[in-house]
Amino acid sequence: MNAHDLDPLHEPRALIELVNVEKTYPGAEQPAVRDLSLAVREGEILVLVGPSGCGKSTTLRLINRMIEPTSGSIIFEGADVTNTDPNKLRRQIGYVIQQIGLFPHRTIAENIGTVPRLLKWDKKKTAARVNEMLELVGMDPSIYGPRYPRELSGGQAQRVGVARALAADPDVLLMDEPFGAIDPITRDRLQNEFLRLQAELKKTIVFVTHDIDEAVKMGDRIAILREQSIIAQIDRPEVILTDPADDFVENFLGSGAILKTLTLNRVRDLDLAPVPPVLPGASRTQALAAVEESSSGVAILLDAQEHPVRWVDRRSLDNAAKPIEQAGRSVNVMLQPEDTLQDALSAMLQTSTGMSVVVDGRGRYLGCVTIESLASLLVQTQNGAA
Amino acid sequence: MNESRASRLDLIVTPAIGLLLAVLLFVVWNYSDMDPTTERILEPANLARQLQQQLILAFWSTLLVIIVAIPLGIMVTRGGARGLKNTMVGFLGLMQAIPAYGLIVLFFVWLGQGATTVILALAAFSLLPVLRNTIVGIEQVDPSVIESGKGMGMTPVQRLARIELPLSVPVIISGIRTATVITVGMGALAFLIGGGGLGETINAGLKLNRPTAIFVGAALVALVALAFDFAGALAQRYLHPKGL
Ligand SMILES: Nc1ncnc2c1ncn2[C@@H]1O[C@H](COP(=O)(O)OP(=O)(O)OP(=O)(O)O)[C@@H](O)[C@H]1O
Ligand SMILES: [Mg+2]
Repeated sequence: MNAHDLDPLHEPRALIELVNVEKTYPGAEQPAVRDLSLAVREGEILVLVGPSGCGKSTTLRLINRMIEPTSGSIIFEGADVTNTDPNKLRRQIGYVIQQIGLFPHRTIAENIGTVPRLLKWDKKKTAARVNEMLELVGMDPSIYGPRYPRELSGGQAQRVGVARALAADPDVLLMDEPFGAIDPITRDRLQNEFLRLQAELKKTIVFVTHDIDEAVKMGDRIAILREQSIIAQIDRPEVILTDPADDFVENFLGSGAILKTLTLNRVRDLDLAPVPPVLPGASRTQALAAVEESSSGVAILLDAQEHPVRWVDRRSLDNAAKPIEQAGRSVNVMLQPEDTLQDALSAMLQTSTGMSVVVDGRGRYLGCVTIESLASLLVQTQNGAA
Repeated sequence: MNESRASRLDLIVTPAIGLLLAVLLFVVWNYSDMDPTTERILEPANLARQLQQQLILAFWSTLLVIIVAIPLGIMVTRGGARGLKNTMVGFLGLMQAIPAYGLIVLFFVWLGQGATTVILALAAFSLLPVLRNTIVGIEQVDPSVIESGKGMGMTPVQRLARIELPLSVPVIISGIRTATVITVGMGALAFLIGGGGLGETINAGLKLNRPTAIFVGAALVALVALAFDFAGALAQRYLHPKGL
């Protein structure tokens, strides 16, 4: 569930608040972060995105006081932590950096047990927690626990980094380009895994990236930052994509902003076009009747398991030499309700009809989606957001 | 990684050279004609005392170096001591540029005769490799590892003890190895200011022109140096952090 699914009148409370925070590095003339006020709501993924050097990392590191603000205050779980023991604070906040920073001389199990050990958990509890964490990120504890970091692939190391950050069950997770140094395919997989994890864990997450696509994918809300960490716009991704606040945001989104909204919606959000099914064993007359009745002039031939097998239209049925089971074209591409509209669009572009078949999890026919239904949803989203 | 492969080689080469030298020493000792002067120089009781002195000198000066240089190295790598660090490394480098002989004499002028003076001089001379390697060892630790430790709430002391030092052990030990070899070798000059050691035998051999005595003295010094180096190689092998 996304934060924006919640009732807007009952906004979740802010777990972290930056109040008029300013940071000027020693020797620097200009502040790296200027008068920043920002609230992170409980249970959301707030993505900080912006061009290189705009102060994303600095902002993130102010939260767990890796660096001290020059002025302003940081509120964590309702209490001002600007002047408390930073080490104590950091043990309550998970932190993942791009370089991961696993301890090379410690086993994976010891790495994950770092914060529990700092918190003086007993050995048994720590060991159990370490195993739980490894399983959570999909790694077999008996295989990977005793290994050393250099024996892991980049993707595995990244998973261990996340497991280590989660080990002491912090409410808050700070992630600084956690999937930055990974190949695109692995990154995509890690992002999906992480979103699935988050759906379960419901942590409060501040996520830094300079990749707008990653921001749109991961964020419940996105804060677009300009130099000195000045917030250009902070809102739900669909609002930012369809209604950028100014030229800076628009430029940052790039030309593909509308296309990006395609990743926000799913096939299940589309209206299904009534393309009638033709059941197996139907006569040619029955099939023709179905085609006649169809507004799009086509029907879908199903097999005994209700799987769609062929597209048929009038012309293909007129050819009496061919049995019905071989009429028309075979159905090659099928969508599921969970697929994004981006998947849907590319599926539709592969068919000459501009339509694509939608099936349920077991491959049974549900209906068809058309380019028109996709376009009208986009228009709706845009109007709705504006 | 190179370092560990090198130390594995040391574990074979160093004892092999040592063995060869020992055999040679045995042959020379038993089969060369010794005139009474040579025999007097090579009086076993004398040699045993000198050997013991040599070992003691090397041991204490190395220990002193470790006790001083490692904490010093740690101290100057804590933030804000950059200037101090450079000055110190520069100063110690200068000190190493003074010939060993000169340094021992300087210490003699300052502190007078005796083994303590020798130990201090040796320590001063071999401080640099350990200090430098401690600094290099700590500074070569991947900053992101320290950053992540800090981010998880490790205190500065925990970061030092659990991350920085373990990860710099190989480099530090290699500095200590260099230091021990220096102290053993330089210990041969201890006799100059009444510090004893095998230098007495070598010196007597030189003065009285007795090559056999020179060889025996020098070979014993070399054996001690090899023994220390071998101990260092063992330490490097077995104290090397797992996972690296
Ligand atoms: N430790 C530091 N000392 C001095 N200046 C710094 C330090 N860290 C960052 N800065 C400066 O502060 C500004 C913001 O840096 P920051 O690392 O927060 O940017 P960023 O948005 O994370 O960039 P990137 O996307 O490249 O990671 C930059 O101008 C940078 O040069
Ligand atoms: Mg950054």
